[in-house]
Amino acid sequence: METPELFKDGKRLDGRALDELRPIRIIAGVLKEAEGSAFVEWGGNKIICGIYGPRECIPKHDASPYKSLLKCRYTMSPFASLEEHGRTGPNRRSTEISKVIREAFGNVVMSGEFPKTQIDIYVDVLQAEGGTRIAAIAAAAVALANAGIPMKDMISGVAVGKAGGQLAVDLGKAEDNYGESDMPIAFTHRDKEIVFLQMDGKLTPDELSKSIDSAMEASEKVYMLQSEALKKSYEAEGGQELEI
Amino acid sequence: MGDEARELVLKEVDRELLTNLLAQGKRMDERGLNDYRNVKVTKGVLSTAEGSALAQIGDTKVLCGVKFGEMTPFPDRPKEGVFMVMAEFLPLASPTFEPGPPSPYSIELARVVDRGIRSAEVIDTESMFIEEGKVLAIFIDLYVMDHGGNLTDTAALAAAAALSDTKVPKVVDGKIVRKDYTGPLKMPDKPVTSTFIKVGDKILLDPLRSEEHASDCQLTVGTIEGQVVCMQKSGPGSMKKSEVMECIDVALAKGKELRSYL
Repeated sequence: METPELFKDGKRLDGRALDELRPIRIIAGVLKEAEGSAFVEWGGNKIICGIYGPRECIPKHDASPYKSLLKCRYTMSPFASLEEHGRTGPNRRSTEISKVIREAFGNVVMSGEFPKTQIDIYVDVLQAEGGTRIAAIAAAAVALANAGIPMKDMISGVAVGKAGGQLAVDLGKAEDNYGESDMPIAFTHRDKEIVFLQMDGKLTPDELSKSIDSAMEASEKVYMLQSEALKKSYEAEGGQELEI
Repeated sequence: MGDEARELVLKEVDRELLTNLLAQGKRMDERGLNDYRNVKVTKGVLSTAEGSALAQIGDTKVLCGVKFGEMTPFPDRPKEGVFMVMAEFLPLASPTFEPGPPSPYSIELARVVDRGIRSAEVIDTESMFIEEGKVLAIFIDLYVMDHGGNLTDTAALAAAAALSDTKVPKVVDGKIVRKDYTGPLKMPDKPVTSTFIKVGDKILLDPLRSEEHASDCQLTVGTIEGQVVCMQKSGPGSMKKSEVMECIDVALAKGKELRSYL
């Protein structure tokens, strides 16, 4: 398999510096029916997230008398990738991602306020270009806040890793596919608690430490964009235009 | 009392018990914080599979069978063989396991083990090409048989052991000839995982089922010699960077120990 040159003349494939994020655009409150929503364009990723709830828990026997059940469904559209037509609905990859995203938000959503209910996070990848789970987290965090669900903190993340022998922030599709390693990671804003962490590929402990530090820095920038999007949504009456 | 209600009550009881024990510097089975339970690996336990192993960490038992098949390659890698890891949580392994389609837990387990093997680049997929449109496939099936806690490390150990027990079948006229082998599967590295839970401010390696009940956060770190090959934070809770780095250091040292059983 031909591996493209990922790092040339101090620049990455798309001309970014090593610590540079792709352009990110976040709009909150783009859907009418959902209680909260957000659209995130992150490089070539386009993600839509809608929140329902707290609403009656189904099936009823799953309901907890202590807290609301947080559910997440992350799926990829059949037209999301440049390659062949995908299959609709959940698969093994999306099932795993849904699970870990749900667990990340379990840290911040104050589910104890709404016993016997469920809160649904529906997040769909409309277009994918590497780093969809992190963009999905960015979207879900904004959509939850947009839905008025009480949260202890905001969650923001980024995928860091190693591509073309260099530690880089916010890996794109080629860097993800051909790079040496990929580590999506998300933090709470205030305490910098790691609430989401996956990693594949090879990295030494030293490289891991550096990567976590640069991820923390980059996540702060994502946080700024998330909070700006939320502020804007309060200024716009009756929701905002969904510009995909 | 139903199993789920029992589980809920147990969680509360175990949590209090473990917190009290940890305050006295003890765990539920009097191990050190960074000790594994007894590890036992038995290779070649099945004669129908090309490779197999039973891994046991304490009471936890995972059987791994490796089977070869023929398959159409993925369109983006037409010259490369394929391997896949599946995990089956047998209903006999725990009162909380129910028959039915794979749960998110079993999918996650299989995918974490898969990532370790993939990232460590231990399977030479290019050597698995048969002919245009046909490649060898390796199916790595994990059978969870007794859930005494820390399924992930036990499963990863079973997979590494079964792979190192695997013999590559001969291919004649584009077909696999069973029971006739070209030799052992080449395996340059043996990826294993180390799983930690956080309880309060303490971090424990290789949690028991009852310790998992009391866990605030769980982190799995997959290693080969000197390098990390996969990580997965699973379940609720969060960790500080310093805690993650501590887990990585211990995992690298303990990986060596686990590999000695292979």
